[in-house]
Amino acid sequence: MAKRAVPEVNAGSMADIAFLLLIFFLVTTTIDTDAGLDRKLPPIVPPENPPVIRQKNIFTVVVNKNNQLLVEDKLMNLKDVRQAAIDFLDNGAGTGEDACSYCKGNRDPESSDNPDKAIISLQNDRETKYSTYIAVQNELVAAYNELRSRYTKEKFNIDYRELEAEAINPKTSASRLEEITPVLEEIKAKYPQKLSEAEPKSN
Amino acid sequence: MAKFTKKKSGELPPVSTASLPDIVFMLLFFFMTVTVMKDSDLMVANDLPFADEIQKLDKKDRVIYIYAGKPSQRYQETFGTASKIQLNDKFADVKEVGNYILAERAKKRQEIQNVLTTALKVDKETNMGLISDIKQELRKVNALKINYTTKSGEASKNLQ
Repeated sequence: MAKRAVPEVNAGSMADIAFLLLIFFLVTTTIDTDAGLDRKLPPIVPPENPPVIRQKNIFTVVVNKNNQLLVEDKLMNLKDVRQAAIDFLDNGAGTGEDACSYCKGNRDPESSDNPDKAIISLQNDRETKYSTYIAVQNELVAAYNELRSRYTKEKFNIDYRELEAEAINPKTSASRLEEITPVLEEIKAKYPQKLSEAEPKSN
Repeated sequence: MAKFTKKKSGELPPVSTASLPDIVFMLLFFFMTVTVMKDSDLMVANDLPFADEIQKLDKKDRVIYIYAGKPSQRYQETFGTASKIQLNDKFADVKEVGNYILAERAKKRQEIQNVLTTALKVDKETNMGLISDIKQELRKVNALKINYTTKSGEASKNLQ
């Protein structure tokens, strides 16, 4: 029996085909995943009995149409906002029921009682530039994150930002997630993010 | 003479390109796995502001995008230079935002309809008035989870 050799398929153009596909994907895709500041809007229906908030527990930040910052009725630079917010949130002037055992502020009676009561109110003008607004938002979120970080460092000796990144990461195992969720919840209860965005005043 | 010709077989063999397809396929798979498809053409300027306290967005199918900014160069003749909202592939009015969100939400799977995030991709030169209007519309349709999409960088870069 004569053995007939099967002719080989020429694979020379395979590379060309693969290149074509590669270039197609290079052109139609974007490599970066989006990231940004997560915020929660207040529901449109106001709660039935709005709680009474004392003026000293509100930290007002106003951004005007010239992108200037007015923090607690004082003109301020962007770089000082973070520290001012930390001082306010961490003040802990409350006594008795409102006392804050973990606060390290200077307990100024004119400032907030405890982080749970402290509210930051951010107001903007219709002509404020978006980038300024985001910069201020970023500083305020940074203030919260810094306090949370300090708390977790002291109590659990871990970094809050790392912990949070781990919680969002889909690759984190379920057992690890079970471990860190109560920790995160505790931190969020200690320093809740109470950042209200009022509707802008039109002039 | 015959002796000399025989020696000539020692020349360099051509480099084999048989593994080239494998290499290219490897690249291809790399790009296929790390990238995401572009879904809409931008019709507005979209230079995002900077922030450093940022969180990564959820999976892509749980996000609804809203773009805003000045119309790009080629649309400026017809639409002017005032900031506009872009939904999907066309310019839209503030009033259409609510319906757009509802329509997009209806398209998603039942179990993720409650966990949707609205990503606001807004150009940094935009005035807050427009964004407040969008936020107001979002509140009306109860789309309360939002994300101001930003580039990563120091916040002070925004002021330059």
